[in-house]
Formats: sequence, structure tokens, C-alpha cells
Amino acid sequence: MAEELKYTEEHEWLSVDGDVVSIGITEYAQEALGELVYVELPEVGDRVEKGGDFAVVESVKVASEVYSPVAGEIIEVNSALEDEPNDVKKSIEEGWIVKIKVDDASALDGLMTKKDYTEFLENLDD
Amino acid sequence: MTKQTALYDLHVAQGAKMVPFAGYSMPIQYKDGVIKEHEWVRSKAGIFDVSHMGQVMVEGEGAAEFFSYITPSNFLKTPHGRAKYTVLTNEQGGIIDDLIITRVHDTKFFVVINAACKEKDIAWMKKHLTGGLTLTALDDRSLIAVQGQQAQKVVSALLDTDLSSQAYMTFKTASFNGNEVFVSRLGYTGEDGFEISVSNADAPALWSALSDCDEIKPIGLGARDTLRLEMGYPLYGHDINDETSPIDADLGWVVPKQHLGFIGGVRILKEKEDGTATKRIGFKITDKGIAREGAEIYSTEGNKIGIVTSGGFSPTLGEAIGQGYVEAAFAQSGNSIKIRVRKNDLAATVANLPLVAPKTKSMKV
Repeated sequence: MAEELKYTEEHEWLSVDGDVVSIGITEYAQEALGELVYVELPEVGDRVEKGGDFAVVESVKVASEVYSPVAGEIIEVNSALEDEPNDVKKSIEEGWIVKIKVDDASALDGLMTKKDYTEFLENLDD
Repeated sequence: MTKQTALYDLHVAQGAKMVPFAGYSMPIQYKDGVIKEHEWVRSKAGIFDVSHMGQVMVEGEGAAEFFSYITPSNFLKTPHGRAKYTVLTNEQGGIIDDLIITRVHDTKFFVVINAACKEKDIAWMKKHLTGGLTLTALDDRSLIAVQGQQAQKVVSALLDTDLSSQAYMTFKTASFNGNEVFVSRLGYTGEDGFEISVSNADAPALWSALSDCDEIKPIGLGARDTLRLEMGYPLYGHDINDETSPIDADLGWVVPKQHLGFIGGVRILKEKEDGTATKRIGFKITDKGIAREGAEIYSTEGNKIGIVTSGGFSPTLGEAIGQGYVEAAFAQSGNSIKIRVRKNDLAATVANLPLVAPKTKSMKV
């Protein structure tokens, strides 16, 4: 697993390992959703486009799509989440939702760093 | 401008997440979250601020006849202190609102109406008010619900009055802070409990005193919804509206056999005879996923047969549940149906309401 995570404005975190990324949802999203009831996962082999949604996390009050900032193919899904949806709130090792083999690794360079994301959150609450 | 109840500051101090609801800023949940709040009500007792709902007093000669005309229910022989769940109907037999009407005394009736329907209901009642009757909106009063197994113990102690002999669906007065409160043994959760009408001035002190009890937690509208969904209670504007009749809505029991002429009676009594094209049903989803309002319901053959009007997750059952309307032929309990959620058709079963057994007696009195 890479040392530094990347972030998106839709509150996903990405852990980059060569051309494979693991994607999960940030603490901000976890807080907003509250206790999760279901996670709807894609199938291995599904394609995801840049900005497309690949999963749904559902709490009592709302269902939220999870988006990928990069195009690629789903190579692994975290099936443990089907029985324990609240595991998305655990560590990176347990909370990842999918692993995507990205079409173009250079697309990951432009994503927000932790510093960028922290700043982004501060401006959100205004 | 969003309105606030007298308890707004207390909710915020207790860590509530406030959301707009029926023109008010109301707590959707507190720090524990919807599921834990729901479970607390089902095991101990929770308090709910329902002051956004309307409270009205109607007094004068002919009051019982008046309510017997604007609802399908019969109030002429209703004993003092008896509360009835019923509906206001329009000329087409549709439901204007569902409400609780209590005969406090021969010619004095206490009415609690939905927040979203307050202005509409009051205007409707005033329009049909007969000479000699007065209608007073009790705008200076709040309403606090205490629901759960510990409710009787807590409220009896706080109001210094023995509530153990107060029957379900009855009303009595008591005292708090030297002022009169109304205590109705009923609620929207299926648990034993009370709705306490208290002056706006005394409401914060009552809420705080209740909150101080170990057995009590404050509960938001999120859990209020999951609790009533388990009971199969309709939510006005979603499961019932001015086009659904009480017969469509599976509320035929509010139309007693010995009826008087009432508004909308022609359609309603005909439907009671002949049945309706669609019926309100409960459902439980066996696949993983929650169906929410607006989701389409299909037969197992793939024909569209209805629509979801309310849906959510049941913490007690650990399944997604809800209510909807389907063509009458498909409305039997146990029937397999499919509900379309995003790209998936979730397998579900029609289920009799209530979906979870209530702890209260039946409201069908």
C-alpha cells in the first residue's frame, strides 16, 4: 500500500499501488451517513468511467453513490462489506470498497493530497 | 422562515442534527444515531418533541355531532376521556388528514393534527363548524411524547400521579410546575407511552426533567419514522393523501358499522361493500437493499402492479421494510413481489401490518 492517500471532492480516499487503486469513503462521508445498513458492490470485471459511480453505501435515511475519479476495471471487491457494511469505517486494510486497475496511471497525479482535501473541507463548512 | 418549537435550544444543546420538517427545524437524530435511538425506545423509553403538530380544542353544543360528520367515526356515545384515531374526509372520500380526537367532556373535544396539515385542517374544521361551537388553536402549547416500557414509571414519578390505571387511548389531566398538562396514553411507536401537552413556558423544564432520567434518551424524527414503519402506521402525505380513501388505505376499521352521514360517505361506503382497485400493503425485502418512496412494485411475472409509499430499515427485524399500494389481486400476505431499486429488482414479500407486534393493544376501539 502507498504511503500517502489521494482524495476526491466526493469524499473518497484512494490508496495507490502502481496502477491499482483501492477506494474507500472518508471520515467526513462516514460521519454524514451515520450507521450503514447496506453496501451495494459491483462485480469483478465491471468497468468504471472517470467520474462514474461503482457502489452505493446506504444508511437508514439515505443511499449515497461512491464515485471513481479515474477510469478502469474492477479487479477486486471487498465482499466482507455485504455482511458488515460498517467495516468501511475501519482502517484502509479493512475499509476499502473496491480495487480498480486504472487505464492510465498518470490520471492519479492530479488528485487532491491530504492537505488539499483538508483545505477543501474547511471551505465546505462556510 | 423556518419555525422552532419551544425545545429548539435544548435539542441543539443535546447534540441534535436539526433538519427542516413541515416548516419547522426539528431534530432528525441525536448523537447515538437512528438505529441506537430506535433500539432504546424498544427496550427502555425515549422522548420525542412533537410540538410541531397542531393542538386544537373544540367546544360547544353539537361538538359530538360535528366530529361525527367530518370523520367516518361516531362520537355520540364516546365516553369522557376516550381518544379515537380517525381521519378527516373530503367530499370525494379522500383523506384530508389522520388525527386523534379525544372527547374530554360531553361538549369538549381535544384534537391533535399533523404538522404539515395544520392550516389545512383548521380551515376545513372552521368551514364546517356549526353555530354554538368554538375552535381554539392551542398555539401556546407544546407536545412531548414519552414512549417505551419505562414510560409509565418515569412519567408517573415526574408528574407525581399514578398512571398505572390509565387505559390505552385515554386522556387525563395532571399538573407540572403548578400548571395543567394533558396526558394521553397513546403514541406512534407501538410501545406503551404517553403524549403530554404542556404549555410552551413549561415545556423546556419538562423535557429537561425527563432527559435527566437514566431510562430516557431524546429521540429524533429518523427513529420516529423507523418505529412507526415497523407498526405499519401510515404517514400523511406519503402513505395516505387526499386521494386515498380509508378503504384503499386499509383503515376501513375507522368506519364503524353504525355510521351517521359523514363527508365522503358515498364513495367510502360503496368501497366498503365492493372493495377497491388498489390496497395499501406492508412488505419485507428479502434481498439486500432498501426500497424508498416512489420505487415501483412488480409482480413476479414482471408486470408493474404498484408503488412504494414509505420504506426504510427495521432495526428490530434486521430487514428493509415498507408500505405501498398494489393492485388488489396482489395484496395478500405472503405474496411474492419485486421492487425496483436503482438497477435491481429486489425480491420482497407482502406482509400484514403491523410488521412487528406492537406492545399496545389494538387502536381499533
